[in-house]
Amino acid sequence: MTARSESARTESARTEPGRTPDLLYSEAEEDLRSAVRSLLAHRADAPTVIAGLESGTPYDPRLWESLATGIGAAGLLVPEKLGGQGATHREAAVVLEELGRSAAPAPYLTSSVVATEVLLALGAHDGPVGELLGDLAAGRKVAVLALPFAMSAADAAAAMTGTLERTVTGVAEAAAADVLLVPTEEGLFAVETTGEGVAVQPLVPLDLTRPLAGVTLTGAAGTLLAEPGPAAEAVSKGLLAGAGLLASEQLGLAEWCLTETVRHTRERHQFNRPIGSFQALKHRMAQLWLEVVSARAAARNAADALASGSPDTPLAVAVAQAYCSKVAVHAAEECVQLHGGIGMTWEHPAHLYLKRAKADSIAYGTAGRHREAVAELVELPAP
Amino acid sequence: MSTAIDAAGIRRRTQELLAAHPPAATDRTDFLKARFDAGLAWVHYPAGLGGLGASRSLQAVVDAELTAAQAPDNDPRRIGIGLGMAAPTILDYGTDEQKQRFLRPLWVGEEVWCQLFSEPGAGSDLAALGTRAVRDGDEWVVDGQKVWTSSAHVARWAILIARTDPDVPKHRGISYFICDMTDPGVEVRPLRQITGEAEFNEVFLTGVRIPDSRRLGPVGDGWKVARTTLMNERVSIGGARIPREGGMIGTVARTWRERPELRTHDLHQRLVTLWVEAEVARLTGERLRQQLVAGQPGPEGSGMKLAFARLNQEISGLEVELLGDEGLLYDDWTMRRPELVDFTGRDAGYRYLRSKGNSIEGGTSEVLLNIVAERVLGLPVEPRNDKDVAWKDLAR
Repeated sequence: MTARSESARTESARTEPGRTPDLLYSEAEEDLRSAVRSLLAHRADAPTVIAGLESGTPYDPRLWESLATGIGAAGLLVPEKLGGQGATHREAAVVLEELGRSAAPAPYLTSSVVATEVLLALGAHDGPVGELLGDLAAGRKVAVLALPFAMSAADAAAAMTGTLERTVTGVAEAAAADVLLVPTEEGLFAVETTGEGVAVQPLVPLDLTRPLAGVTLTGAAGTLLAEPGPAAEAVSKGLLAGAGLLASEQLGLAEWCLTETVRHTRERHQFNRPIGSFQALKHRMAQLWLEVVSARAAARNAADALASGSPDTPLAVAVAQAYCSKVAVHAAEECVQLHGGIGMTWEHPAHLYLKRAKADSIAYGTAGRHREAVAELVELPAP
Repeated sequence: MSTAIDAAGIRRRTQELLAAHPPAATDRTDFLKARFDAGLAWVHYPAGLGGLGASRSLQAVVDAELTAAQAPDNDPRRIGIGLGMAAPTILDYGTDEQKQRFLRPLWVGEEVWCQLFSEPGAGSDLAALGTRAVRDGDEWVVDGQKVWTSSAHVARWAILIARTDPDVPKHRGISYFICDMTDPGVEVRPLRQITGEAEFNEVFLTGVRIPDSRRLGPVGDGWKVARTTLMNERVSIGGARIPREGGMIGTVARTWRERPELRTHDLHQRLVTLWVEAEVARLTGERLRQQLVAGQPGPEGSGMKLAFARLNQEISGLEVELLGDEGLLYDDWTMRRPELVDFTGRDAGYRYLRSKGNSIEGGTSEVLLNIVAERVLGLPVEPRNDKDVAWKDLAR
């Protein structure tokens, strides 16, 4: 990139984009939210989720089928002619808010957002890419990008290395996947997880609701989906969408933590008063509320930028991640603390949210990594 | 109203105003008076009082047309207290005569308003105020002291709350008046602040006689009237639209870009973190504005002031540190009496000191956090022991 185009790019990021982002929810989005929330309330309440984790089978196939196929959430980003819903990142973000609120295990972010976005970015709508997109949209298959969950879009170019003979650690939801999208120096390959020479070894994850695995490929067969150049760009787009919509999951998670904490402190009595009447606690919850409403603006801005293909998207995503990660972790930590001893128990779901929030704060780039992206985009260079 | 006024109708009226009073050839005040009389001052106000009884959202149509035509505006910053606090209260509680007398010169800017609410002994416990108003025939005789009064030295009128019955609990014995700042017994003294300037005043009221015709709302109901005023104050704080890097973050970001020799790694981390928070606060304000336009006002407004106060304080503190040797200097300690707070026209040290007031003025951050906790989150109120005690028996 020449010096001139570099300065033109940063100049445009510093000033506002021409179009004002729509930060509200449409009626259709609210309808979608109700459908997802009601499904999760029936199929993925906290005791059910905890029981699933303990039995070693976190994924409930009936829940996934209802979400992916029944509601059609898996195909939101996929055009109708490829078998999807032809909706946008704004709708997918609403689904993620609800998944964050329930902390239910479902490979939505990894398969229906990141892998789907990578495939869409390849622009090849027939052949193996189109076929796989159709399978993902219909909920027939789950695909994940075979990269560490911590990798950010800013580091995507470095992912295009190695060959199909490799081991990748820390791949989110690989255990639930039918297909791995594997970036190599020769391009992007689709590899069936049931094929010869594919080993998926589950790891013990901090966040039990989003299992991680190591993937080892030895003599595995893959279908080449794209050459290295377009593949690198597509992977970068996929990771950017993942980071941008992860902010909505973090928002939903933080909102659950705040709501439950308010409910608990209104009911719990100590010193002959509801503990929620003590100013020391009220101020902490009011502060958290302010962070949650701010996170909502940041997350909606990222979802809207992704949906409209705005040139502001990289900054909107970096701002949302740099902000919402911190809010989700803060909300979950406050939730545990203000629940007192109950918050430290396995039976109470607060720990699910704390573990999810902390893991999310690393996923697709830490807040610090996203702040570096912000600094570069708005021309605030380090010393 | 029989026929609703739509955007096209508003635009036509605005064009008629511009045709009859071409901005380039019309005196500023004359233009503003004509705009008021055309009902285009605040379109949601009733006809005859500067409005057309139209939807509030249509004001944007008028403003866009007038800006494009380079028409003079009424500088809402200068007359902020009149516009944001006095006007909506007069509209809700004023008599027809009061509305006719006060709204037009207020909006045009011919008459500046100030607000005589705060007192040295009351502070956040505003309803504990002790300024007395005693009835004498058709008049009230007012004695007491007010404080933190912006614009008192330039104001023609003031909204005033005073105690009219000390024998009932504090919220019930207050009445609301319009005070003539030129009346005998009104004395305004500059109150010098930590910045060195006297942006606020103390106002001493000694035997000030206010006709009963300048009371707003029933006797003893002044607290209810004051709540309307205060609610409108907070709405006007949250509603402004700012561009990316608007406000203090823009000033410090410019310094960072222009002065590489000042950069350190620690300052960089803090700067970028604050840049992100300022951008998120801007987006939150934008979301609030969109909710208002869509007719779904959210409670976010209560939080915006909290966010801006904290950000202003952190950013201005960082700026002083960034400047190092220069941060040790101050631009001018001479006492001045500005009409407006000017954050950008002064140095970093001024911004740092002045921003300390942001978490106190217009409701302290602690009081606002209580309001959010109780009214937005529905948390239980703290036990209180002042509700059923006559004001005169309260500890002071």
